[in-house]
Amino acid sequence: MNSIVERRMIVPNMHLLTIEAPDIASKVKPGQFVIVRANDEGERIPLSVADWDEERGTITIVFMEVGASTGALACLDEKDTVSTCVGPLGNETEIGNFGTVVCVGGCYGIASLYPVARALKEAGNKVIMVFEARSSYLIYWVDRYIKLVDRVFNITRDGSLGYKGHITRLPDVIHGLQNPPDRVIVNGCTFLMARASEMTRGLGILTVVNLNPIMIDGTGMCGVCRVTVKGKMKFACVDGPEFSGHEVDWKEFLARRKAYLEEEALFFRRSEPKQAVHKEVKCQYES
Amino acid sequence: MNPEKTEKTSKIDLNRNDMPKQSPEIRRHNFNEVALGYTEELAIKEAKRCLQCKKPKCKTGCPVEIDIPDFISCIVKGDFSAGIKKLKEKNCLPAVCGRVCPQESQCESQCILVNKKGEIAIGRLERFLADWEAKQGSVDIPPKAKPTGKKVAVIGSGPAGITVAGDLILLGHEVTIFEALHKAGGVLTYGIPEFRLPKAIVAREVDYVQRLGVKVVTDYVVGKTRSIDELLKEFDAVFVGTGAGLPWFMDIPGENLNGVYSANEYLTRMNLMKGYQFPKSSTPVKRHVRVAVVGGGNVAMDSARTALRMGADEVRIIYRRSHAELPARLEESENAEEEGVIFNMLTLPVRYIGDENGWLTEIECIKMELGEPDASGRRRPIEIPNSNFHIQMDAVVCAIGNSPNPLVPSTTPGLQTTRRGTLVADQETGKTTKERVWAGGDIVTGAATVILAMGAGRKAARSIHEYLEKGKW
Repeated sequence: MNSIVERRMIVPNMHLLTIEAPDIASKVKPGQFVIVRANDEGERIPLSVADWDEERGTITIVFMEVGASTGALACLDEKDTVSTCVGPLGNETEIGNFGTVVCVGGCYGIASLYPVARALKEAGNKVIMVFEARSSYLIYWVDRYIKLVDRVFNITRDGSLGYKGHITRLPDVIHGLQNPPDRVIVNGCTFLMARASEMTRGLGILTVVNLNPIMIDGTGMCGVCRVTVKGKMKFACVDGPEFSGHEVDWKEFLARRKAYLEEEALFFRRSEPKQAVHKEVKCQYES
Repeated sequence: MNPEKTEKTSKIDLNRNDMPKQSPEIRRHNFNEVALGYTEELAIKEAKRCLQCKKPKCKTGCPVEIDIPDFISCIVKGDFSAGIKKLKEKNCLPAVCGRVCPQESQCESQCILVNKKGEIAIGRLERFLADWEAKQGSVDIPPKAKPTGKKVAVIGSGPAGITVAGDLILLGHEVTIFEALHKAGGVLTYGIPEFRLPKAIVAREVDYVQRLGVKVVTDYVVGKTRSIDELLKEFDAVFVGTGAGLPWFMDIPGENLNGVYSANEYLTRMNLMKGYQFPKSSTPVKRHVRVAVVGGGNVAMDSARTALRMGADEVRIIYRRSHAELPARLEESENAEEEGVIFNMLTLPVRYIGDENGWLTEIECIKMELGEPDASGRRRPIEIPNSNFHIQMDAVVCAIGNSPNPLVPSTTPGLQTTRRGTLVADQETGKTTKERVWAGGDIVTGAATVILAMGAGRKAARSIHEYLEKGKW
């Protein structure tokens, strides 16, 4: 159980793991997540499910290495196992025939949007994919999306591909479309989701975001993932993770996301070597 | 008068024997168990005080009707092996119950000596026997009935689930426990701290049912990974013991500030995720200097005492009623007080105030006074107008209670719930409104005690067995 059947770094610092998890693979729906612990001492971290194969009984997650726990995950290799892989958790993305849907993905969100875009296409929507990244070399799965969606746009901070700038260029993408979209769905870092929601608010387009707060159990027990939506307290794990981006209190959400920044950085400040290192790096040191 | 009896009594020190404890100054800096347990001599000395009443009232005070005078008389004879056997006939978790049962309001409150020389320390004796057995290294595995070929799924590995599983496996049924978290034990594992209930004890109890043949599947969220209806295709009966795991908040401004925790989060970080070992463990915790805990129950005491052990300088309990109404066990509030927890009684937080980065800095409170008794029989706390004041705090733990987790009820058609979100289940059998589904523990009663959950588990096990034998719902 929970053994890793595929492990790759798909773009710098962005890792893909395919894990044997037949029960989850047979149940998971777009927009849902799993909680993973890299090892027996590991922290429980929520990660969106980016793809699955019911026949093989596997699920795929894509995540960025940002601290101790994602670091430990990134250090695992094929045939290793993760101590915990539990889910599918959270509610699924609302799928229907909405008309035209703009999907905006950045960072790990490019991957977690993939099953959403697929389901939207199957439901008869016109789907437009917007990749957002610091630079073109951080964009991935373009070939998969091109086969799936109707149109693809890029926004890069350095202008190396598509529109130059931050997600503030989203209105340019939207205005360039024949008809205004009926819905925008954003997956990615908090900044991306908050800013994109800001951009679409004035345009009056319903914008769905998939929140990624700190969690422990993921089943509504601890309440650390609470978020204010439309002035009401919600638990992202059981009430979400998807909410209207126009209704989320982003300032509060961002502050809560950053609660353990200092403690997470401790890991990088330690002088002793990491217990496990990437296989690639290990070879380098050993030679 | 029987001369033998007179002689026996005259030799006995009639006062209740205290249990050795770590001293407050030392224990407030470590996570080791506070109470150290009776020695053999102390246990025998305490057991000898028991009058062996013909109609023992203590037994009626026990939710699982343990034969209390019987196991005590085994201790008097020094036959601890017989004592633990007697105890285990009715209670499969004696090491746990000996520690966390509110004996003072159950068995011990019924003891004939309660208003005289002090009631018999039944809980401490129970704990003594369980610990004695553990020290022997080998635990007796009772004989199992012939396999019946029937399969039972138990959802949740807390006290209710463990009891149901332990009972049904001995009756020859095949039992699988599904646990949502990565470690079994439920609230015994994620909630009650190490210094009150060492996790090795919980692990031992889980290991015991596993050795009896119960299969424990962790990381499995029934309602998500599989629904009850799907389980019913594979299993003949399902028991729901998912507990009360949805934390309440007060709906006051500032509750989502950083530094505001539910007790569930705070304790789970510390216990299940071993936060007290951070940065050796990997789940981060904050080192708070001033911590307030809102609430007056055992969970509030656990949180406050954990905060002290995490190095806080100032820890306060904020409770809206007075000392007399504290729902926590006396032993726990006394322990907390000895360790230096400050009690702000008749106080209610009305607002949490934070800095520009979203971190809690102070709490605005209002003073309360007690009015007429309310529905719970306790005097209702009433706000004193214009008595607001501020306390500087960098963390607050909200320990005001939990409602049942809605994951199972909301994903199971046919399971009826009450307005409080608890499952509707028959008190005597644990039968829910859905055929082949039983329930017990906090999911039915709302947040209560370990022993009540065990009692409910026992009744449900009886009913499940009857159903599996007769095939009639």
